[in-house]
Amino acid sequence: MGDAYTPGLTVTRATTVRKTRRLPLPGKVLVGVGTRVAAQDVVARTELPGKVTLLNLANALGVLPDEITPTLKVKAGDPIRAKQVIAGTSSFLNKIPGLRQLGVGRTDVLSPIDGTFESVSELTGMAVLREPPAPVEVRAYVDGTVVEVIPDEGVIVESGAALVQGIFGLAGEVTAPIAVVARGPDQVLDASDIQPAHAGKVIIGGARCTLAAMRRAMELKVAGIVCGGFAYHDVRELLGYDVGVAITGSEALPTTLVVTEGFGDIAMAGATYELLTSLDGQRASINGATQIRAGVIRPEVVVPHEQTSADAAVAAGQGLELGAPVRCIRAPYFGRIGTVSALPVELITMPSETKVRVLEVDFGGEKAVIPRANVEVIEQ
Amino acid sequence: MSAPAASPPAPAIDPDQIRSVIATDCGSTTTKAILIEKNAKGEYRLTTRGEAPTTVEAPVEDVTRGVINAIREIQELRGRQFLADDGAGQHPYRGEDGEASLILKPQRGDVGTDMYISTSSAGGGLQMMVAGVVRKMTAESAARAALGAGAIVMDSIATNDRRLPHEKIERIRQLRPDMILLAGGTDGGTKKHVIVLAELLRAAQPRPRLGTAYNLPVIFAGNREVRSEIERLLGEKVSLQFVENLRPVLELENLGPARDAIHELFMEHVMAQAPGYGKLMTWTDVPIMPTPGAMGLIIKALAERDRVNVVGVDIGGATTDVFSVFDGIFNRTVSANLGMSYSVSNVLAEAGIASIQRWVPFDLDEADLRDRIGNKMIRPTTIPQTLDELKIEQAIAREALRLSFVQHKQFAVKLTGGQQERTIADAFTQDINQSLVDMMKLDLLVGSGGVLSHAPRRTQSMMMMIDAFAVEGVTELAVDSIFMMPHLGVLSTVHPAAATEVFEKDCLVRLGTCVAPVGGNGKAGATLCTIELRLPGGATKTEVLKVGDLRLLEIGDGEAAEAVVTPVRGVDVGGGPGERITRTLRGGVCGLVFDGRGRRPMLLPTDRGARVAAATRWSQALNLYP
Repeated sequence: MGDAYTPGLTVTRATTVRKTRRLPLPGKVLVGVGTRVAAQDVVARTELPGKVTLLNLANALGVLPDEITPTLKVKAGDPIRAKQVIAGTSSFLNKIPGLRQLGVGRTDVLSPIDGTFESVSELTGMAVLREPPAPVEVRAYVDGTVVEVIPDEGVIVESGAALVQGIFGLAGEVTAPIAVVARGPDQVLDASDIQPAHAGKVIIGGARCTLAAMRRAMELKVAGIVCGGFAYHDVRELLGYDVGVAITGSEALPTTLVVTEGFGDIAMAGATYELLTSLDGQRASINGATQIRAGVIRPEVVVPHEQTSADAAVAAGQGLELGAPVRCIRAPYFGRIGTVSALPVELITMPSETKVRVLEVDFGGEKAVIPRANVEVIEQ
Repeated sequence: MSAPAASPPAPAIDPDQIRSVIATDCGSTTTKAILIEKNAKGEYRLTTRGEAPTTVEAPVEDVTRGVINAIREIQELRGRQFLADDGAGQHPYRGEDGEASLILKPQRGDVGTDMYISTSSAGGGLQMMVAGVVRKMTAESAARAALGAGAIVMDSIATNDRRLPHEKIERIRQLRPDMILLAGGTDGGTKKHVIVLAELLRAAQPRPRLGTAYNLPVIFAGNREVRSEIERLLGEKVSLQFVENLRPVLELENLGPARDAIHELFMEHVMAQAPGYGKLMTWTDVPIMPTPGAMGLIIKALAERDRVNVVGVDIGGATTDVFSVFDGIFNRTVSANLGMSYSVSNVLAEAGIASIQRWVPFDLDEADLRDRIGNKMIRPTTIPQTLDELKIEQAIAREALRLSFVQHKQFAVKLTGGQQERTIADAFTQDINQSLVDMMKLDLLVGSGGVLSHAPRRTQSMMMMIDAFAVEGVTELAVDSIFMMPHLGVLSTVHPAAATEVFEKDCLVRLGTCVAPVGGNGKAGATLCTIELRLPGGATKTEVLKVGDLRLLEIGDGEAAEAVVTPVRGVDVGGGPGERITRTLRGGVCGLVFDGRGRRPMLLPTDRGARVAAATRWSQALNLYP
């Protein structure tokens, strides 16, 4: 029963971060165990099969599907160029000198793409043309050491690092130096706070990041923003659609967003802000990718350093206990941070008449009774 | 309830020897465990329930941890030992792979349980893509087979689905389903179009969702005469399995073999890839079933036993499943992105803010509502602490249920379900207007899932369902007491007697009956019908129901009122416009609800002030909130 709480987000100065860097399809791993890698290094490479174009040759030539083979000018597996003749027929008119030069009496089918002539079906008359494979590379993402090779798939990179997990983010991986902009954890990040000098940096806001600030950052090619809150409505304004299910990371935004607390006007947790400001100027690897279900992925800020830590497994281990710092994650105390001051065993009836297991949180003198499900432990 | 015919083969278990059963359902958010025990009178009864967060995800990534935590809660509450890790002696059970189960079996004295079974929808459930030649024929039959097996159908590819071949290929490449069901052609019918579908698949080279080290399972259930061509095209690219044609002739659906193959592959391929399931599969006494598949078994069995038309709904965190049985024909749909936690923002996106606000009995700032819903999406396990939060959550639930039911009605059309023989003419005239779902003919509406099963007051559950489904005429309503229908569904495959007993005595909570007239001029205060009641004990009472009325009459569980309902001209209560009906109105923990708010559509005020006033009046009439 003690497990009935939400595992928290990790905010720690020193931990061991292990990143699995995996190809989407089997390919070649380029580094071995023990290799020191930098964030930008390519660690594995493969080729995604090229896009497919289907051509109905039988229709184009006006023949039956089972008559298609004699018309082919290429074989299955042959490389082809755009505008190359891949199949053709000619009538008696084409045999007449003079007309032949003019192309009269001849029907040719030209390839629309560069690539490979993959196959043709004598049942359907359909030809499959495939564009050249697209190379896919996986980079290390964090500075560190390769500790494991997953044959044909990728590697695991380990690094001593400071780690801040967010709750929601947009856009993917980027590595850039940190620049602290907000003067405190409760300062709203607005457009006027973002300057040209922030281009290519990961900027640290305090409370909510406004839509105007996000737009200004994208204009100036700021690498990333880390802030406490963001209005849910602004996500729609930014992307042009609602994020109905929290699966993000592939948005084509020039600036990656990492929100540490949640949607709305909410200050960044003090400990998070203090940690990030202490890392001002250092290179951070950040990722906005978020997935709340089916394999949780949290947006994150990773700042690798040489220092390793004994509390590597901190995220999975801690539970709710007296004195533990907690963040309230639902109204009416949403966003407030306190410490656990009591853990009553019995079920308590809430104003909503829901009977739940609760805990008492001390907000620095003011105490409140809150469902256990509505807090998360701040993992430090 | 009799044992359903479908699904996993029952192993050799002697039901008479079973004294206790532990069943778990590994949901996307929570793992729910129940303990069923045989008492001194020889009855099987639910005795204890426990739950814990599901642990498929990081950092734990082992579903058995959540299962153990949920069973540990039962252990603490029941004061009996079921788990081996609490130090009381050796446990005798080892799984097939030699790995010890932590669940003590069989029961010895007061320790352990005789049986352990489980359902699962964690890790996104079973996600499938289907393909068939004609969208409204073989592709639709393939979708029905997949849905009936408990899958989410991510997309349905058909020759005539208006997408260009390269668009279909791109779509197949993007999807990464758990498996594909390929149908098309009657036996001896079209070959060319089926082969075109196989060529699309071959060109797309689809990859499975979980893992990269195995080939995607593809079930071929189409024209048997093209099997060799399919083998040639796909044999080396995917893990191919042939089953009987699901549409051997145009007027017959044969979904069983495809559905069984889906269940088998779900266990062998999909579950085996999910974290911890390899271990869990060795613990259970019968194969793990997809949660909706198990729930469907219960709904079907209920409809068959009582010979009634039933709609069942299970509203979860990520998805909402709707089941219906009308005139013996079963249908199931899943709305993959309509749910109360992970998918809650999608309910907002699809329904729109105004549709949610109309059910909230107070004024609400739109930006604030959006932020609250967004925060529920990213913190899916939180629960409403304040009354306003509860009201908002129940308003969202109404819209999630309503939208899911709209989708169900569009899908549950004629030429559906199991082996239904029809004429050729029927097969060609089907369209979405021929929905099998006829609300006037609906006898029983059953709700399940957290927001319905755990509402603090049962009247809240009843009103959520009445509002969302807009029940018509005379309809009885019930809820799953604590969310245990999937558990009982899988139990019914091995111990139907225990499943039936627990279902009747502990699972199904009868809420009462709703009388909702349809038609009339809609003018406020106009009479809709007169209801003459003979109450339990013999007293009589007459209710005159007017437009805009909503009333509750308490008639307890196990009691009933005899009613003569006389509608005014043009108003229908089930017998036809203006026709009087005589019915027994079954009571329940809430009672009888007389609903004069109109139907097709329900007449809700659009003006903000009037909307809040009406919602407040109705919630007071039913004593919905403190």
